[in-house]
Amino acid sequence: MNLFRTTLAACAAILIGSATLPAAHAAGGGTKPPGYAWSFDGPFGTFDRAQLQRGYKVYREVCSACHAMGLVRFRNLSQKGGPEFSEAQVRALAADFKIMDGPNDQGEMFERPGRPSDAFPKPFPNEQAARAANGGAYPPDMSVLAKARNYERGFPLFLFDILTQYQEGGPDYIKAVMTGYEDPPAGTTLQPGQNWNKYMPGNIIAMPNVLNDGQIEYPKGPDGKPSAPETAKQYAADVTAFLMWAAEPHMEQRKRIGFQVIVFLVLFAGLLYFTKKRIWSRLPEHAPGTH
Amino acid sequence: MSGPSTYVPKWGIAKWMDARLPLPRMVYDSFIAYPVPRNLNYFWTFGGILMLMLVSQIITGVVLAMHYTPHSTMAFNSVESIMRDVEYGWLMRYMHANGASFFFIAVYIHIFRGLYYGSYKAPREVLWILGCIIFLLMMATAFMGYVLPWGQMSFWGATVITNLFSAIPVVGETIVTFLWGGYSVDNPTLTRFFSLHFLLPFMIFGVVILHVWALHVTGQNNPTGIEVKAVQKDTVPFTPYATIKDAFAMICFFLVFSYFIFYMPNYLGHADNYVQANPAVTPPHIVPEWYFLPFYAILRAVPDKLGGVLLMGAAVVILAFLPWLDTSKVKSMSYRPLARQCFWAFAVTCIVLGWLGSRPAEQPYVLLSQIFSALYFAYFLIALPLLGLFETPNKLPGSIAESVLGKMKGGSAAAVGAAAASEPNTKG
Repeated sequence: MNLFRTTLAACAAILIGSATLPAAHAAGGGTKPPGYAWSFDGPFGTFDRAQLQRGYKVYREVCSACHAMGLVRFRNLSQKGGPEFSEAQVRALAADFKIMDGPNDQGEMFERPGRPSDAFPKPFPNEQAARAANGGAYPPDMSVLAKARNYERGFPLFLFDILTQYQEGGPDYIKAVMTGYEDPPAGTTLQPGQNWNKYMPGNIIAMPNVLNDGQIEYPKGPDGKPSAPETAKQYAADVTAFLMWAAEPHMEQRKRIGFQVIVFLVLFAGLLYFTKKRIWSRLPEHAPGTH
Repeated sequence: MSGPSTYVPKWGIAKWMDARLPLPRMVYDSFIAYPVPRNLNYFWTFGGILMLMLVSQIITGVVLAMHYTPHSTMAFNSVESIMRDVEYGWLMRYMHANGASFFFIAVYIHIFRGLYYGSYKAPREVLWILGCIIFLLMMATAFMGYVLPWGQMSFWGATVITNLFSAIPVVGETIVTFLWGGYSVDNPTLTRFFSLHFLLPFMIFGVVILHVWALHVTGQNNPTGIEVKAVQKDTVPFTPYATIKDAFAMICFFLVFSYFIFYMPNYLGHADNYVQANPAVTPPHIVPEWYFLPFYAILRAVPDKLGGVLLMGAAVVILAFLPWLDTSKVKSMSYRPLARQCFWAFAVTCIVLGWLGSRPAEQPYVLLSQIFSALYFAYFLIALPLLGLFETPNKLPGSIAESVLGKMKGGSAAAVGAAAASEPNTKG
């Protein structure tokens, strides 16, 4: 027991000690994103199908003009745990794209409508073409973007995150950047092709603000009103959720199995504990009346 | 320790086998009848946990290797294909990636347990040195494994660490070219790291067998640090007593492990490693995996490259000399009041070094790294050699059995305590 107390005391001392030291610099400025509420937060969080479907629409109409998403296939859109479009819908969504295929029997490349087995087509044939069309900047592939972005939580938050299971640093950052465009502070002049973003590390971002209120039409409900607000904020949230699913398509299965595993292990550990106690009680000094 | 074998084959086939290759006898003697000190606490369950982690890593690793493509243009996407298209591929990969972290969590607890209870002292020096070799092999394996997903941290981590060898005078550059298989980290580097990453775990397995063999020759140390005097009184048979206790501890460890696999799978990793390796773009901070951070801090504490490399190497190698650096005759720090304080100061030093390793290489972190690196080495080179000469240890119990029975009941403890008083006090 004494050993545990000393361990705890030592840990507490070091934590308090390190809290007083200056926090690390973020990579050249950029405000920490606010924490947003996501349907996929926490141990039982799942994706909101309607939100993912809206997110796909935002991706299709806005992001896909510049960003590739080469690891995602149309068939994924009908998989369990994703947007869960029907298979007919997926066929239609895929057919919406022209895919370069070939060579055919004559050795010619040809274009055909997309199929569910196709990956999302890339907007540019190569990095150079992408840079040429975007003022020198290369729009990153968005397939795993939600896991490839994060921000520093700092002490002691990063320890609490273990208990709260906070791992939405990527989505929080992406949504914040999508809605974080501002006029640069007085005295800062931006070069052509540069934009000021509150949450971007270093504040300078090549991507312009692309989401504006009312820009994308959402499916109408039975009352004739859109199923979600047609605002830039909502678009950002929806497409971010879509990116999170694209980065972690088996998240729902993972959390579901995780719960089963944890319950099993807790019960198993309990049984083992009592078995252990029973076995060790056979030792003479544990048996009552021997001393 | 084990003494003469008490195995009596019961069945005909067992007798037949025993006369030809006494494998059942070995298993019986090593894992059933093997006497274990009765006073082991739960810190002694980490050996078994480590064995389990090694097996888990090998199984998940072999499955991953079936689907992985070791090529610089395909490695990143093949890992993503495991995550997306392979049935339960995400489970295999998350188990393997988090498994590396949990392997290190377990090995650090195991090492610190050895440090606290003096498990490195005679007659367990060889056992300890074998452990140091395993630790070194683990570090090499983990480092090369982290390169395989071919993300940004993979690439730049590999670049930074392999570049360290260039500090070696005369042959440094040649060694680096040899490691890379060319003039920069590229496809040949990836393929050889993949090959070695597959090989090294089996070398670890081999040294683990030696480690367990050496353990079964000397017997386990225990929280009192007193050697077993009477097998009957001081020990219990491995099965069922240690097996059930180890099993319980393993499941508890797997509970925490599972929490990370299923709920926090990317917590211990770095977001930059989900960006494909790009030799043209350097990440703002290149940081190694958390389990290397203390050594990384020591490396960067020295302004001179060669000096840093040597000091970092020394930080690992010095562990192997511990049996001769610690001059105290008393093993367990439970009976060494001053050494115990130094031990905790050392543990805190390691944590602070880990934190410093994650900071950018600028002030005040560099200065702090220098101070804490000095403290790290002071534990081995000043505290332990001198304490053995000057420290007065507390009174040791007469035997393992006595230390257990003394704790059991107040009444009987007094009687046992009186017996213990007649025992000579071992001064260091």
